[in-house]
Amino acid sequence: MNIINIEHIAKIYEVGSEIVKALADVSLRIDKNEYVAIMGPSGSGKSTLMNILGCLDTPSRGIYNFEGFNVSEMDDNQLATIRNKKIGFVFQTFNLLPRSTALHNVELPLVYAGIAKAERLERAYKALENVGLSDRVEHKPNELSGGQRQRVAVARALVTNPSIILADEPTGNLDSKTGNDIMKLFQDLHEKGNTIILVTHEEEIALHANRIIRIRDGFVERDEIVKERTFLSGN
Amino acid sequence: MRNFLFELKEGLFISFRAIAANKGRSVLTTLGIVIGVWAVVTMSTAIKGIDNAFKTGVASLGSDNIYIDKWAWFNNDTPWWELRNRRDLTMEDYEKYRSLAKLPIAIAPTNWTRKQVKYGDNLLESVFLTATTSEFIKTTNLTFSDGRFFNELESNGGRAVAVLGSAIAEKLFPNGGAVGNIIDVSGKKLRVVGILEEQGSWVMGDFNPDNQIYFPLEFTFKNFIHRRESITINVRAANPQSVAEVEEEAIGIMRRVRSLKYNEENDFSINQQSGLLGEIDKTVGVIQIAGYFITGLSLFVGAIGIMNIMFVSVKERTKEIGIRKAIGAKRRTILGQFIAEASIICLIGGFIGLIFAVITGFVINQWLPTVVQFDAIILAVGISLLTGILSGFAPAYTAAKLDPVDALRYE
Repeated sequence: MNIINIEHIAKIYEVGSEIVKALADVSLRIDKNEYVAIMGPSGSGKSTLMNILGCLDTPSRGIYNFEGFNVSEMDDNQLATIRNKKIGFVFQTFNLLPRSTALHNVELPLVYAGIAKAERLERAYKALENVGLSDRVEHKPNELSGGQRQRVAVARALVTNPSIILADEPTGNLDSKTGNDIMKLFQDLHEKGNTIILVTHEEEIALHANRIIRIRDGFVERDEIVKERTFLSGN
Repeated sequence: MRNFLFELKEGLFISFRAIAANKGRSVLTTLGIVIGVWAVVTMSTAIKGIDNAFKTGVASLGSDNIYIDKWAWFNNDTPWWELRNRRDLTMEDYEKYRSLAKLPIAIAPTNWTRKQVKYGDNLLESVFLTATTSEFIKTTNLTFSDGRFFNELESNGGRAVAVLGSAIAEKLFPNGGAVGNIIDVSGKKLRVVGILEEQGSWVMGDFNPDNQIYFPLEFTFKNFIHRRESITINVRAANPQSVAEVEEEAIGIMRRVRSLKYNEENDFSINQQSGLLGEIDKTVGVIQIAGYFITGLSLFVGAIGIMNIMFVSVKERTKEIGIRKAIGAKRRTILGQFIAEASIICLIGGFIGLIFAVITGFVINQWLPTVVQFDAIILAVGISLLTGILSGFAPAYTAAKLDPVDALRYE
């Protein structure tokens, strides 16, 4: 079943008198329980594509269908609701609220979803437990290591049970060992049935996915199934 | 509705976190509102005190009194030259009125002069002296801290006796013990027979009994002025309800006494304390407007401070706003969060300002009896909440309409 269905979308910016085509013409489909890596050098338009996929931005042209909803026609509030309920973000720089505890950071999407306090705390606690941080719930981001911060971010992404997890260079700020831990976490999530979209410029990271979409100059350059996936074993 | 309350509650909670996280800045921001609310409430308290002082001052004249005079004290409908050209109101008029009037419980003719007064080395220039009869005391609510008012015998005989207001007594006799001593009024020797209790109505100026000296009218006729000089007749009604009847009777009698024809206008005026109250209300009203305007300005400056800080705060927390939006905060949620933040800062400031104002109120109370009014408290809370909402709105709106992509990228 399609979760994401994009048809001929383009994103055009006007910078002064100049017109910049960040995305020229992109069409793609992503199915449930796929693990997709979007790759491309900087300036290729992959960030723009990610913003559109994440409903942070809308395309200038074309149709974006998310689980049957026409996202390209939605207003700000509707987009916010989609982001809140359907998409879990994991960012390169973690993007946690610096002065809030891990638990509050994870709880926050549920606050915006209008869920009552008791249920919120229970679900946030469980999400942190699932990423192995049940003993760090009252710590603030600056009291956590990089890997732990990214786990909090993953817990925050998962707490609303979203349809897709959108990870933008999730290992970019981590050393290779903690990076591997995070990739193992994604692998486990994928095995549990989650749909993951990974944006990266590192071939090595992309090889964890089972499909790689290469973007160049605003077009899809290549869309291929990964034959030899990197598979992390261990706990 | 439930949804709205939920968002409000969560918004307030988020705002509290944000304020607690930026203590130093929040305190500085609050300061503007603290000072603003402090100023407004203290101002309203002081005005209340001034108003009270005026009103108690007027009340010390006696609310049941009318004053028959050649002059109209407050009413300016009659041109002053017409008043000046009226015949003087003399002792003869007083005596006729007195013999005909049935309703008043006390009637006293008075004449006011200013004289130099001294006792030993203590010299007072231009003291306000009320020359009157012994019945005068019955037209007032005055009480004595020492001695008594001059009696009928002393009054009719024009004896050299005097009753001092408390402030005069204090100045002439700093060590007390005035009664029985002889004071010098413009070269004439008068024996002090009584000291009035302090009335405390400083706003009345010379009319404040504290600053006056009372002595027999007959004495003044013997020594200072001619018998035919104009006087004022103080008339006291039995109670406030009968003041109107007493006034009506007085007009009738006075027209007869002055032999006015039916088509002639009154050539005298019936003055009342209520006229004075009207004047006072006008004066206090002006003070009030000026006061609120000036203190309102300080509050306005405080509000600008809040707006400024909120703009800085929005700028500084652009990334935070981006994160919140990415995980599903709607525009109105962000708008509410920042307005709530500004409002909470203002409310806290308002409460602190109010506490300062109450303390200041106690200090003011030392010399101007007053207390922070309940409506001033409502005013303070209302103003600070309103200030918060108004000064928070523009920054909050800026935050709410930030583009999530740009906000997330902001460093």
